[in-house]
Amino acid sequence: MIAESMYQELILEHYKHPQGRGLRDPYDAEVHHVNPTCGDEITMRVKLGDGGKVEDVSYDGQGCSISQAAASVLHELATGSTVDDSLGVVEEFTRLMQSRGKIEADEDVLGDAVAFAGVAKFPARVKCALLAWMAYKDAVVRSTK
Amino acid sequence: MVDTGLDVERIRKDFPVLSRELPGGRPLIYLDSGNSAQKPTQVVEAMREHMAMHYANVGRAMHALGAESTEAYENARDKVAAFVGAPDRDEIVFTKNASEALNLVAYAFGNPIGEDPRFRLGPGDEIVISEMEHHSNIVPWQMLAQRTGATLRWFSVTDSGRLDLSNLDELVTERTKIVSIVHQSNVLGTVNPVAPVLARVREVGALMMLDASQSVPHQQVDVAALGVDFLAFTGHKVVGPSGIGVLWARAELLEAMPPFLGGGEMIEAVWMDRSTYAPAPHKFEAGTPPIVEAVGLGVAVDYLSEIGMDAVVRHEHELTAYTLGALGEIPGLKVIGPLDLADRGGTVSFTLEGIHPHDVGQILDDNFGVAVRVGHHCARPLHLRFGIPATTRASFYLYNTTAEIDALVRGLHHVRKVFA
Repeated sequence: MIAESMYQELILEHYKHPQGRGLRDPYDAEVHHVNPTCGDEITMRVKLGDGGKVEDVSYDGQGCSISQAAASVLHELATGSTVDDSLGVVEEFTRLMQSRGKIEADEDVLGDAVAFAGVAKFPARVKCALLAWMAYKDAVVRSTK
Repeated sequence: MVDTGLDVERIRKDFPVLSRELPGGRPLIYLDSGNSAQKPTQVVEAMREHMAMHYANVGRAMHALGAESTEAYENARDKVAAFVGAPDRDEIVFTKNASEALNLVAYAFGNPIGEDPRFRLGPGDEIVISEMEHHSNIVPWQMLAQRTGATLRWFSVTDSGRLDLSNLDELVTERTKIVSIVHQSNVLGTVNPVAPVLARVREVGALMMLDASQSVPHQQVDVAALGVDFLAFTGHKVVGPSGIGVLWARAELLEAMPPFLGGGEMIEAVWMDRSTYAPAPHKFEAGTPPIVEAVGLGVAVDYLSEIGMDAVVRHEHELTAYTLGALGEIPGLKVIGPLDLADRGGTVSFTLEGIHPHDVGQILDDNFGVAVRVGHHCARPLHLRFGIPATTRASFYLYNTTAEIDALVRGLHHVRKVFA
């Protein structure tokens, strides 16, 4: 019954009711990332404002509940935040995902993304959770170029 | 339990893994034999015995162990030849897997080392495959087309999951040099009709290859009766080990084909500037071959022969009928592949509305110990054709039972509850 702990209510909620889904204009950069082993994919747009403010993160994609919910949570955390703060969350999220479940999640940094802690115990699913977050990092780098 | 003339309880005892427990006390319900089959004790023991007591390199060691090892390796070739009805044992080439067998044949075309006109390939020539192929019967031909300037064409697939032969005569023409299609689909379960395609292939003077990775394990395949030119399959799906595959080809074609990999054992004589090659099959078996794996494969096909492929076919037919019936009761479930049992094997792929296959597979595994495969099953173009990214696939073998299918169905109901 370990998988039940991976499918946290919050993850299922985001999967069923994704936040901020759909590609929007204007944007500074658009990226398309795929997970070749399972075919999950995401297209992500980032619009930055003055002072490193993240004005919008919009996305569209297909995949499992973990990958789609991760994109929705990322949208909520990054939109309205700053580039620096949001990349800090990405870093902590990546650290958590790559920990094989051996480190405690820092809820102060991660907010809702802490719900994905259980995914770290499933190496095959870590890539699902990271797909949108890696796409975001890539899009931010391209936006600031 | 449906009686199919197969003593499944006895068979299951030959496969120790089937009685193990997974972490958390889950039973193992293995419905992923289309991916790779489990191994009977007979195979494991024969490999252990060979490695422990008879092991030496083959073909070149001039001592007692070398002779024993060579004999065991070549005996395996005899067994495999008999299992697929090869008219000549030297028509059996051991490869690493089915992919290598397919690549080996693709490499023979448009190859400047070869002189036989049947293998000449260039701009204006055509290669024909189908939309239901595994990537291993797509990518080698794409690469061949890129190397030579030849054109790649393909059969489409009907909505019910059958090969669309309505344009056979337009697709296979005088320009066609090779037609390579799957014998039994690893996603749809469809068993393709060989005879009408082959008749057209002969009419236009082309060659025909079958990817039999999913048919050799599940039906009596007789290469002579099929009448094709090349056939590939792999050891690990016929209850044998991984690391060994088989290419069967007509002897005169093997003779006409250039070698694939160069190295030890594939030569006749070597000078610093040139070499001559050993006759087939050794021409295509460069380097130390998978010796222990060959021994295991020989025992594996003997194991299946003893049980009887007819009985295996009947058993899987019953399981498939039972599964299609049971899955039909699950709301939102759609089978991707034929719903009728004619020319259909025991592979059932499906989608569950609103739930991604990865989530389905995860919950089936973690809550019920049900091992299925999820994803595109190395057949992405086929999934694109059906407009879906992935499916969940249950695939059966001689050791599966209807009780295991009941567990799958219970698991699927639970999955629906989690995502309701």
